[in-house]
Amino acid sequence: MNMRMSAGGLTERSLEIIRELKDLEGPMLPILHAIQDEFGHVPEEVKPLIASELNLSRAEVHGVVTFYHDFRAAPAGRHVLKLCRAEACQAMGSDQLGDRARQFLGIDFHQTTLDGAVTLEPVFCLGLCACAPAAMLDGEVYGRVDEHCLSDIVAEARR
Amino acid sequence: MTVTIFVPRDAAALAVGADKVARAIATQIEIRGLDARIVRNGSRGMFWLEPLVEVSTERGRVAYGQVKASDVEDLFDAGFLSGSDHPLCLGLTEEIPFLRQQTRLTFARCGITDPLSLDDYRHFEGLKGLEKVVKMAPLDIVREVTDSGLRGRGGAGFPTGIKWKTVLDAAGPQKYIVCNADEGDSATFADRMIMEGDPFVLIEGMAISGIATGATKGYVYIRSEYPHAIAVMRQAVELARKAGILGATVLGSAHAFDMEIRSGAGAYVCGEETSLLNSLEGKRGIVRAKPPLPALQGFLGQPTVVNNVMSLASVPVIMDRGAAFYRDFGMGRSRGTIPIQIAGNVKHGGLYETAFGLSLGEIVDRIGGGTATGRPVKAVQVGGPLGAYFPRALFDTPFDYEAFAARDGLIGHAGITVFDDTVDMLKQARFAMEFCAVESCGKCTPCRIGSTRGVETADRIMAGIEPEKNKALLADLCNTMKFGSLCALGGFTPYPVMSAMNHFPEDFAPVPMVEAAE
Repeated sequence: MNMRMSAGGLTERSLEIIRELKDLEGPMLPILHAIQDEFGHVPEEVKPLIASELNLSRAEVHGVVTFYHDFRAAPAGRHVLKLCRAEACQAMGSDQLGDRARQFLGIDFHQTTLDGAVTLEPVFCLGLCACAPAAMLDGEVYGRVDEHCLSDIVAEARR
Repeated sequence: MTVTIFVPRDAAALAVGADKVARAIATQIEIRGLDARIVRNGSRGMFWLEPLVEVSTERGRVAYGQVKASDVEDLFDAGFLSGSDHPLCLGLTEEIPFLRQQTRLTFARCGITDPLSLDDYRHFEGLKGLEKVVKMAPLDIVREVTDSGLRGRGGAGFPTGIKWKTVLDAAGPQKYIVCNADEGDSATFADRMIMEGDPFVLIEGMAISGIATGATKGYVYIRSEYPHAIAVMRQAVELARKAGILGATVLGSAHAFDMEIRSGAGAYVCGEETSLLNSLEGKRGIVRAKPPLPALQGFLGQPTVVNNVMSLASVPVIMDRGAAFYRDFGMGRSRGTIPIQIAGNVKHGGLYETAFGLSLGEIVDRIGGGTATGRPVKAVQVGGPLGAYFPRALFDTPFDYEAFAARDGLIGHAGITVFDDTVDMLKQARFAMEFCAVESCGKCTPCRIGSTRGVETADRIMAGIEPEKNKALLADLCNTMKFGSLCALGGFTPYPVMSAMNHFPEDFAPVPMVEAAE
């Protein structure tokens, strides 16, 4: 992820990504995922590029980007901690675990710690429902998360 | 002789430390200079025992669980490579009652094989269905699937063969098979397990579906919350292409079929088939009005089969063993087997594939073993966030599409979440509305606005503000959502809300206000 990339570099790299994927059937989501993988978010400047390459209006592109929970308007913290808040995890105390996570980090869901280390997000189901409660730190999954395990995960993320 | 040790690579096993266990085992093998290899298999589906490590012996595979990395040295000291006894030893894997009592048709290989080994896949009866299909006429394939009684396992329960027939009969320059792998319901993980544990069975099912309907292109739309499943499926598709299972000549036949894996982007509503098609096309995941049916105008306006992972993964065994074999399992109009997923606050959480017809009580109490906390079971939610909450009084309900519908519930994707007696059902009803508000696509008013009003109304009941009036209002709102919403999100959110209110009225009673002292 290179967030210090110059405006010209960003345009160039974005166009490369878009042109590589635009011939797929339904190229929009693959393009947006690739852009976010590259820049950590979907920069505002990229939307008109996608629009013109795919022959869509900017409003259409904006509409798609904002519809999906995954796409970010700004980069997340260095680590993203997702806590499952769905029913199976609720049955195993995920609400209380969520409260502890907010206390540990001093932030609410959808926020990032001031040091930029951790973004806390809710997720509705990681498919680990028989090992609840579940969490995910940057793509690493955790099951049977208790307070002790949570503090380890948070410490790991803060390092 | 080289000893094989199995350490699952299923995400749920990884979540409880399977990678660390595998590393510790590799270290011990090296230090001790032993002749052993590690295979990263799928999960057997007994998640309370994960990480479940198996060792192949002359007697069969011997299981050990839950194994922590710190147990590994001790296991080796105890002679674990010969399947010797140890406090963690569970005996022969196949003899563990939870597994032994199952009827594994769709999940026959899951947890047994190396998911990315085509040799394993072939060795355990894989590709037999497709080998038959390439020599059959499309209409005969469709008839076989229709005769098997297979119904859509995603939740709607629509007969798979009839859907295929519609696509077969439809004219179009390009037809598509779209696999709905947007498994967003809490308590469901069957799709994830099969994609991570036996990806070739889904690929085989898709190829069969393509040949049956004249579709040459397939897509698997997998939710982004499943990065491991996406990675395994992508590798499996590559391997299947190289082996000639996918491509211009499927298994050397005149049929062409290829497929691609696509990732969702965190929208629950995209599990609805028309919303999924819009998303796959690169649009907002807004629900489409039906008609036109996706079978006639689906992906990019072309005839499209949209099937759930489980439906497609059940097709190879049907084609291999025959419609009658599959149809012999089950009850009433629910034929074959169903992978029941038992989750939440439960002692023995996992995947249990069995013929339709077990009672809910048997599933929760006998198979699931009651709650993990040891407290009494108060409620179970069947069918994910849009499914009804069942009290113990309804535990005699047989697991069957029609029987659940008759009791104002649904099987959905066959996930069951168990709650103990500490659960507050008003809070759960409120959550159902909140979830609907977060995930609504916004197209229809009852869902978009009704869900938010539902949260507010539940809050008022919770605060003791005109509870009787607000309960009546909530019921009325549910009625509007149920009959006025375009898709199952708004239409089924009333199931958890109304079932909570009807079966657990005590949780909706106003909290007695403490009288202020004069």
